Amino acid sequence: MKEFIENILDMAKLKKVDYADIRVVRRQKEEIEVKNGRIEAFVEEEDSGFGIRVLFHGAWGFACSSEINKREMERVFGKALKIARASSRAIKGKVFFPQREGKVDQYRTSIVIDPFQVSPEKKVELLLRSEALLRLRPKVKISEAFMGSYKTDKIFASTEGAYIEQTIIECGAGISATAIEGSEVQVRSYPNSFRGNFATRGYEWIEELDLEKNAERVAEEAVQLLSAKPCPSKVTTLILDSSQLALQIHESIGHPIEMDRVLGTETSYAGTSFLRPEMVGNFRYGSEIVHVFADATYPGGLGTFGYDDEGIEAQRVPIISNGILVNLLTSRETAPLLGKQSNGTMRADGWNRIPLIRMTNINLEPGTWTLEEMIGETKEGLFLSTNRSWSIDDRRINFQFGTEIGWEIKNGRLGEIVKNPTYTGITPTFWRSCDAIANRDHWQMWGTPNCGKGEPGQVAHVGHGTAPARFRKVQVGVMKNG
Amino acid sequence: MERKLAYLKRIVEDSPFDQTEVVLLTEDSSLTRFAHSTVHQHVAERNATLILRGIFNKRIVVLTRNLFPPSSVESLFEKALSIAKIQPPHEEFLSLPAPKPIPEVKTYFEEIERLTPRKKVEALKKLFQKVKGKGLHASGSFSNGVVELFVMNSLGVEAYQKYSDLVFHLIVHDHYGSGYASFVSRNPSSLDIDSLAQEATERVRRVPEITIEPGEYEAILEPYAVAELLSFLGYLGFHALAFQENRSFFCNRLGERMVDERVTIYDDGLDLEGLPIPFDFEGVPKKKVVFFDSGVAQGLTYDSFTAGKEGKESTGHALMAPNTEGPIPVNLFMKGGDSTLKEMVRSVRKGIYVTRFHYTNVVEPMRAVLTGMTRDGTFLIEEGEIKTPVKNLRFTESVLKLLSRVKAISKERKLCSEGTVYFRRFITGVVAPALHVDGFYFSGVSQL
Repeated sequence: MKEFIENILDMAKLKKVDYADIRVVRRQKEEIEVKNGRIEAFVEEEDSGFGIRVLFHGAWGFACSSEINKREMERVFGKALKIARASSRAIKGKVFFPQREGKVDQYRTSIVIDPFQVSPEKKVELLLRSEALLRLRPKVKISEAFMGSYKTDKIFASTEGAYIEQTIIECGAGISATAIEGSEVQVRSYPNSFRGNFATRGYEWIEELDLEKNAERVAEEAVQLLSAKPCPSKVTTLILDSSQLALQIHESIGHPIEMDRVLGTETSYAGTSFLRPEMVGNFRYGSEIVHVFADATYPGGLGTFGYDDEGIEAQRVPIISNGILVNLLTSRETAPLLGKQSNGTMRADGWNRIPLIRMTNINLEPGTWTLEEMIGETKEGLFLSTNRSWSIDDRRINFQFGTEIGWEIKNGRLGEIVKNPTYTGITPTFWRSCDAIANRDHWQMWGTPNCGKGEPGQVAHVGHGTAPARFRKVQVGVMKNG
Repeated sequence: MERKLAYLKRIVEDSPFDQTEVVLLTEDSSLTRFAHSTVHQHVAERNATLILRGIFNKRIVVLTRNLFPPSSVESLFEKALSIAKIQPPHEEFLSLPAPKPIPEVKTYFEEIERLTPRKKVEALKKLFQKVKGKGLHASGSFSNGVVELFVMNSLGVEAYQKYSDLVFHLIVHDHYGSGYASFVSRNPSSLDIDSLAQEATERVRRVPEITIEPGEYEAILEPYAVAELLSFLGYLGFHALAFQENRSFFCNRLGERMVDERVTIYDDGLDLEGLPIPFDFEGVPKKKVVFFDSGVAQGLTYDSFTAGKEGKESTGHALMAPNTEGPIPVNLFMKGGDSTLKEMVRSVRKGIYVTRFHYTNVVEPMRAVLTGMTRDGTFLIEEGEIKTPVKNLRFTESVLKLLSRVKAISKERKLCSEGTVYFRRFITGVVAPALHVDGFYFSGVSQL
């Protein structure tokens, strides 16, 4: 393989390209889905190929193929060059791509148990046992359990001399119960909705999740929701559990701080950002207790890796300090516009996609409160848990979320369950209203394995470390009467 | 093609399973992205994916590969068998489908092959010049591809289709606002970038947006907005799996008039006005299925699994295996009405004009309550005229109730598609008219 790669990079140098890189990627996936006592899907997938990115005459070209051989690589290189040459006829200015010394290194996710070495029997048995516990409640009509294991082997090499080999291993699991009565349908999930929680860890992570222990509670809460009262419509105090807060961070901090969105290059699909480069260093994003880091080095985070897909090492960088925006997620091409160097966030969804600026682990630093204190010092409000729906505008200003379940807070205590809870707000107003964040004991990492962006579409695996937090004067219960 | 067919045939013939299905999807595609009137991403892809579905004593296994030298077939079978053996039987599974005649539909236009990187960039340069002359910038994407789909199974199904598609999204903008237009077709020769530029430019009013208080308004929804709402109905309620699991809004309501009698919504995978493919991912020919017939809840889409559970025949709506979401319709149409868009606008005393929605999601599935934001052209209509652009609005609304409050439906319809390609190229579209509706609930406004 190294010979093939060097051949392409030599060809690139002979053609006097400004820069070129090649990624050879092999991905393995195993997903098991159990539903109502049967295996709904057992999927085993392998996907390999390579992509060549060329900067030529100041413009980018990219081409890729699933056929890994010398001849095809040469064809694809020619195609990428042709594309770059064509694109250079319709650019306003040449791409400035600062040089970096190419690293030669290896990185492998630190794991205890390789999920691909655990027998399928053992995995299926765990899922069937956990899922069966959900069905002990007769009103639970759909019971589901999921487990996924993922392995990515990739080689990154560039005309700057980089040759980086990485192996990223990820896995995750979850259960969910859907209770149905008449036209009422309610879902509860553990540890998170949309298939569970995911990490760059080995099978030990699946064991720690302890699906069986949580199945009974999940089923019971789904049934309770059937007869719960609707979420009231009012402006009130809101406490979000850490899983919902993870998605809140994802949508209202993680995406707006992507420099490509800030510069408008995602306009046509994912949208832009309300942020502008000149706001870095002076914009009050949140209250003084809000501190956010982009941390691609956090052990186990779903956005943890060794190097990004431009050969830049993983980093931990402050994004919001004392509530003030201090940095954005950048690439080699965009960081100079902030007078900075790339903070290593360019990642591609496999061999057949170009790298884009993606979240790594966007983490809210823990505060000083216990969750009990936070609820205890709240006279009236709502405690919401586990995401059910999300929506935010193309500039990431106006958001609306729904959660699976909510509890009323009255005089410092959790009260009745409410169903179909929703809340809405304006991004900076909401984060400025944050007056309490729970401490390290309540802080945990959440993996978001379904972050979509780009054209053609790319799915990134990113992480968010959070603890529950409290927000004042939030509109809840966004629904027209009737 | 013959070589590929022979290869698939060998897999099916050599397979150790009780029943075997192979799907091969090849792709040769390109996408050019532009922002602020400059080309900034330009990519090309060649890929092929083989999906093997084996059934062994009612145990189902799906294996997917994009590298498949003939020497690897034996190990593929071994892996599949080992996975099958650990499973409990899937008692509700009856059989893969038997072969049926597949109608001939033209889905491939060779003009697509002439879209070289250079030609695409030259077309974009002209576009950039055109909008520059109006003080605007262009952002968007220009995607084209050729896909070959083979479906074969051990019961004799042999289906093959080659199809082309082209998707063009355009947003023109200045510092005040933006306008949108898009085009999608199997036939690239019908692309008219000038008219798209004209359409998008008309939506940029060059004056600051005003803020409208949230509340209920009459609304004119362009086909782009209507198409998005309809696709959610397809996902939530129009298919048999949701119905069989009692989570469809059609449950206990088939035969009932649920929406305005002018509303007819159907799926037709053979209609050339949409993005036809004559068979599904099980090789079953597509049937037209009507969901709302003059407002009355009527039909559901089926694949072979959901059809088998009810002793029915598949309607040809299987998606790519493994599909746990159900036979979701992907060729939706809404019947046009008898108004023109201009007439609809003229009839509004005070209302909101919506070009498209962004980031729509489900709030309550059984009532089809959705939320989302307007984008790229939202206006106040006063006394029958589109007046001022307004800041983007959030809606939180039941689509079913909305379809009960229809005041007019446009004669003209448009094929709309996000053109989104995740994983494998499979572009779907909705043919929708514009709608005039009463009491559309805008629950919030986007502002700092």
